[in-house]
Amino acid sequence: MSKLSRSFEDLRTSLAELKLIYHFYRKSVSAMAGMVVIVALVFVAVLAPWLSPYDPYEIDLSSRLMAPSVQHFFGTDSAGRDIFSRVLFGTRISLEIAIGIVLSGACFGTLFGLASGYVGGRFDLLIMRVTDIFLAFPSFLLAILLAATLGPGMRSLLISVAMPLWPEYARLVRGSTLSEKNKEFIEAAVASGENSVSILFRQILPNIISPLVVKGTIDVGFSILAAAGLSFLGLGIQAPTPEWGAMVSAGRSFITTQIWIAGFPGLAILLATLAFNLAGDGFRDALDPKLRV
Amino acid sequence: MIKRLLLAFPSVLGILVITFVISRVIPADPLKLLVTERGMDQMIASGGSGSYQSILDVTRHKYGLDKPLYEQFILFVWLVLHGDLGTSVLTGRSVTAELLHRFPATVELAIGAMIISLVLGVLVGVVAAVKRNKPIDHVSRAVAMSGASMPVFWLGLLLLYLFYFQWGLFGLGRITEGLTPPTHITGLYVLDSLLTGNTTTLVDSFSHLILPSFTLGFFQMALISRVTRSSLLDVLTQDYVRALRARGLSERVVIYKHALRNSLIPTVTMSGIAFGSILGGAVMTETIFAWPGIGRYATDAMMTLDYQPILGSVILGVLAYLFVNLIVDLIYTVLDPRIRYG
Repeated sequence: MSKLSRSFEDLRTSLAELKLIYHFYRKSVSAMAGMVVIVALVFVAVLAPWLSPYDPYEIDLSSRLMAPSVQHFFGTDSAGRDIFSRVLFGTRISLEIAIGIVLSGACFGTLFGLASGYVGGRFDLLIMRVTDIFLAFPSFLLAILLAATLGPGMRSLLISVAMPLWPEYARLVRGSTLSEKNKEFIEAAVASGENSVSILFRQILPNIISPLVVKGTIDVGFSILAAAGLSFLGLGIQAPTPEWGAMVSAGRSFITTQIWIAGFPGLAILLATLAFNLAGDGFRDALDPKLRV
Repeated sequence: MIKRLLLAFPSVLGILVITFVISRVIPADPLKLLVTERGMDQMIASGGSGSYQSILDVTRHKYGLDKPLYEQFILFVWLVLHGDLGTSVLTGRSVTAELLHRFPATVELAIGAMIISLVLGVLVGVVAAVKRNKPIDHVSRAVAMSGASMPVFWLGLLLLYLFYFQWGLFGLGRITEGLTPPTHITGLYVLDSLLTGNTTTLVDSFSHLILPSFTLGFFQMALISRVTRSSLLDVLTQDYVRALRARGLSERVVIYKHALRNSLIPTVTMSGIAFGSILGGAVMTETIFAWPGIGRYATDAMMTLDYQPILGSVILGVLAYLFVNLIVDLIYTVLDPRIRYG
């Protein structure tokens, strides 16, 4: 078989596998609902400038603290900014940060996990002890300490929330690598002279990707929550940037009379997190052959 | 048991290494974190010190910032072990003293949250398992899912809005303003009121505790109900349960006397880990409900960029977390006699 036709064959089997996963995924109503919301969120994030009726930063003191109405769907805040537009722009910020957090945490963790499981020995022992220590640290407290040290801002927020995540991925990937590396197809690859890097990324990684997808999806939800929490405490994204957590924080002083200022951004956090949790659960069921009935 | 205690030491050391690296190695100039300009202005205004330079020199010397890293680390550990978590640059007060003063409030809140999450979580989990695939199971799943996705700070604000501002129920803080707290025995107002037989403060402090405990416990309740459900379902399929049923025991006895006890082991593990997120959530809950605990202290410090109180609160929080998980491990041996340490 020529190399080209072999990669076509590979592609066909991957497509068939994806179709199968989708077949099982769509069986769950809640998982499909989660996916629909995620697609809608991505849509809103990309099109925020065109969907927003107002500039999210524009201060208009003549229309401050207005209740939700036809002009302002979600009302206005203490500076007269349109909360609906700010929530739409917030989607962009929250998704960007959360996906950035999960990608960086998962990449670092996967690299260490693959290496740890494949190399074994003292290196494995060292990496595992380091992850032990990190896992003994409650994740939100670690994030608070990092964020307080690094100062406010997007980059610091990303590092602070990703740091507690990587050891979890390292653990997960190491475990699966250990169980894969003694299988016959790896022996075959070693015998045919494939080098270690290629074995790790082309043989082992594709076979252990399912639990990573499940964990990654759920962790996007977790990261939206954690990032919003830090911003709420004044450690993450600062006002006037339309970040959901910071918006809830700004609405705190008005909850007695203008509940919508904190209410709508909080609802957005809940909805986005819920969507990723539901989708993650759906992936877990669809990707696990034992649950496919 | 001794083996388990010994196992805690490397964890404590590891935690100290991480906090040291974050607070002293990562920042370009750790001195700038420890004493902000605003802090120094405050100190000079209060007449404590002469100039910026003298304050910086004193701080640098105290934490050995001019010495090599390993000496700094030894000093860091030494100070923590002696209970010296530094002083707040803004108030000039000892962080350790402030933390100890606020500790009972946070403990009371954490216990309240744990009780609510365990009682409601196990209850909901058992009902969901017994009525599997019935409407009530689906409702409990929906509640659990939204609970796991709920921003604690937002839930707190909504509850505060509804119950306190709209219906005038419960209250802010630990006790109604003007009311004298119960005589100090443990520092936990509800317990102290019980011990001294003071019904006025008992009712009052209890009603103040409900909302924040529920807010903080909701997330854990959701997780615990799911774990209990799946664990109980698992146990119910085992042979000995079938044998019990065959012997004609009532369903109630089978579930509550035999199956539940065996299904609680994962729940106990879960609640130990959950305590970590209770600590994280406490920071936000205390801020919202004006609860005078460690979380509130840390948030105030975050707002003013006062570093030592934040670092001190985190160290105390992590040590408390390790301690609770140690206890959880010991509870195992009671629940499952097969597990023995050393």
